[in-house]
Amino acid sequence: MGPFMSPFDNLLCMLLGISFTVWFTLLLVFIIVPAIFGVSFGIRKLYMKSLLKVFEWATLRMERGAKEKNHHLYKPYVNGIIAKEPTSLEEELKALRRRCSSCGLAGSSPSSSSSTSTGPSPSSSEFAMSDIFYFCRRGVESIVDDEVTKRFSAEDLESWNLLTRSNYNFQHISTRLTVLWGVGVVIRYCFLLPLRLTLAITGVTLLVVFTTIIGFLPNGRMKNFLSEKVHLMCYRICVRALTAIITYHHSENKPKNGGICVANHTSPIDVIILASDGCYAMVGQIHGGLMGVIQRSMVKACPHIWFERSEVKDRHLVAKRLSDHVEDKSKLPILIFPEGTCINNTSVMMFKKGSFEIASTIYPVAIKYDPRFGDAFWNSSKFGMVNYLLRMMSSWAIVCSVWYLPPMNRQEGEDAVQFANRVKAAIARQGGLVDLLWDGGLKRSKVKDTFKEEQQKLYSKILVGTHEDRSRS
Amino acid sequence: MPECKCCSKVYFKMVKCVLLEQLQHFVNQLTHSVASAHLVRLYDRYQALDKDNKGYLCPQDFGAIKELAMNPICDRIIGAFFTSGQEILDFPSFVRILAHFRPVDKNRPKEPNSPDPINSRSNKLKFAFQLYDQDKDGKISRHELLQVLRSMLEKQVTEEQLESIADRTIQEADLDRDDAISFEEFRKSLDKVNIDHKMSIRFLR
Repeated sequence: MGPFMSPFDNLLCMLLGISFTVWFTLLLVFIIVPAIFGVSFGIRKLYMKSLLKVFEWATLRMERGAKEKNHHLYKPYVNGIIAKEPTSLEEELKALRRRCSSCGLAGSSPSSSSSTSTGPSPSSSEFAMSDIFYFCRRGVESIVDDEVTKRFSAEDLESWNLLTRSNYNFQHISTRLTVLWGVGVVIRYCFLLPLRLTLAITGVTLLVVFTTIIGFLPNGRMKNFLSEKVHLMCYRICVRALTAIITYHHSENKPKNGGICVANHTSPIDVIILASDGCYAMVGQIHGGLMGVIQRSMVKACPHIWFERSEVKDRHLVAKRLSDHVEDKSKLPILIFPEGTCINNTSVMMFKKGSFEIASTIYPVAIKYDPRFGDAFWNSSKFGMVNYLLRMMSSWAIVCSVWYLPPMNRQEGEDAVQFANRVKAAIARQGGLVDLLWDGGLKRSKVKDTFKEEQQKLYSKILVGTHEDRSRS
Repeated sequence: MPECKCCSKVYFKMVKCVLLEQLQHFVNQLTHSVASAHLVRLYDRYQALDKDNKGYLCPQDFGAIKELAMNPICDRIIGAFFTSGQEILDFPSFVRILAHFRPVDKNRPKEPNSPDPINSRSNKLKFAFQLYDQDKDGKISRHELLQVLRSMLEKQVTEEQLESIADRTIQEADLDRDDAISFEEFRKSLDKVNIDHKMSIRFLR
């Protein structure tokens, strides 16, 4: 007896076959072919507009619900929660002393013992018990709200975007909103996620296969041309796999060969976003696993700069390889993220000076994500890479703006650190981000003692004059 | 407490709603009305500081705040939160210490037999006094004063200079000549200082 197939099974097989075919044809026509040619049907922009309307409705509904129950709607406050007076140590202590001296208490007469003269500096005055108030208040202010800790966790949103991850007002959700949220979950996990996974797998597979094939060609113009096309195509497919809606500004400033492209870092997706609009040579550490396979095949088609783990620590080696690459004008511009770690896209932290010491043109790029559709920040202490990618693929979309800023060169008499700060300020200004001097490495490491010593020095200067004043007497 | 990270975040949010109702009552007793929005922000901050999701704070969590770590008296401030050598700080205690820094409520009529609210001028002064008086004997001894000066001034300042500053300070403030500054003497020496302004933190909105 051969395999028994009822007419029902036959029908089922046929239906499945048809739906798969339709599915893949649609995928091909609407997503992959446009990716190959770099055109767009505008479907994603339409999707974005309709989503925005839905979010507005959801927020209004929650506000109405809160008002009916007479509760205060919790709105996360983005710009700091306490009023911090920007007065310096000197100004505060002077103000404190003025009050005291007006009633004849602590005067500013020099100490009687001759060996410890308070020095001729005009800002020196006597210690007062109230001086501790300044440090105490500053300390407690930083406990309640500091500039650095909040940069390493996802940004708070002012309105709700129908993702559980970002809701703070559970008790104000009405039935309609819950239904809408439920529909949202179904759409995101049952329709969008499989679609995006398919695209991502397609994109990565094509990248690996094609770059390996191109690797067999002899070096020359044909190879570079093909490699460029392949890279662009695969990155565009990946962009669609994330439903990333990107707006590029000032494309006339796009990085050219022999330059270094510098951008602020929010997540590994930054690479895909920039590389889908231009070709870059990537810099990074060789990983194992899937990442390693991709890296090794990419480098066959065009020269990227991958380092072994042991080589990363050797700064001179890194600098040498970068300069060698930059001097060869036929090679692609290097893409570097000088912050060294992922920051949550509300600020730009200290740029490491290594890439600014190399003598070449810097092309700054500012990337700003719109957090309403999905927060792209990778909090590496909370989520692993796979978890993060799944979260990205189950958000509504990744919407961002990319600004290509005019190229900058190191000026006469400027050292690498000043140059880095100048570039950082330009990027922060363009992207509407806060420009911070703190080191992104503080995410994991402790503050150096030098900061505390600076504070101590400042205070000592006020009380007893500087070290030079004292040693002069 | 649920094990997986995404569940625990949802759990914390739900716990927060319940907790805040109870806390509202508690904090109202301390300071005669704290806006619930402020309490919510403080709870968010408390959770953000608790990086390992332990449910409580320990001194290392405070030490991880970068701006606090560069404060010369950071150890003393952290010590003010963790009284009597304990290593666990729960949210009500966190709020109770921070409540010292609420601006003084000038409009509240002074009820004769009720205890001072925690953010009164007197209690703010006591908080500052504790920062000096680490052994909690009610007096700031010369030795304690020297320790504070050492931590606030740079290493290059000599012992002699520190001692002369300490001597002069005690000379001016010590009224009963016991070579130490008691709380009353401390309070008298700061009579004219606007404590409310210097030791208050205002919430935005």
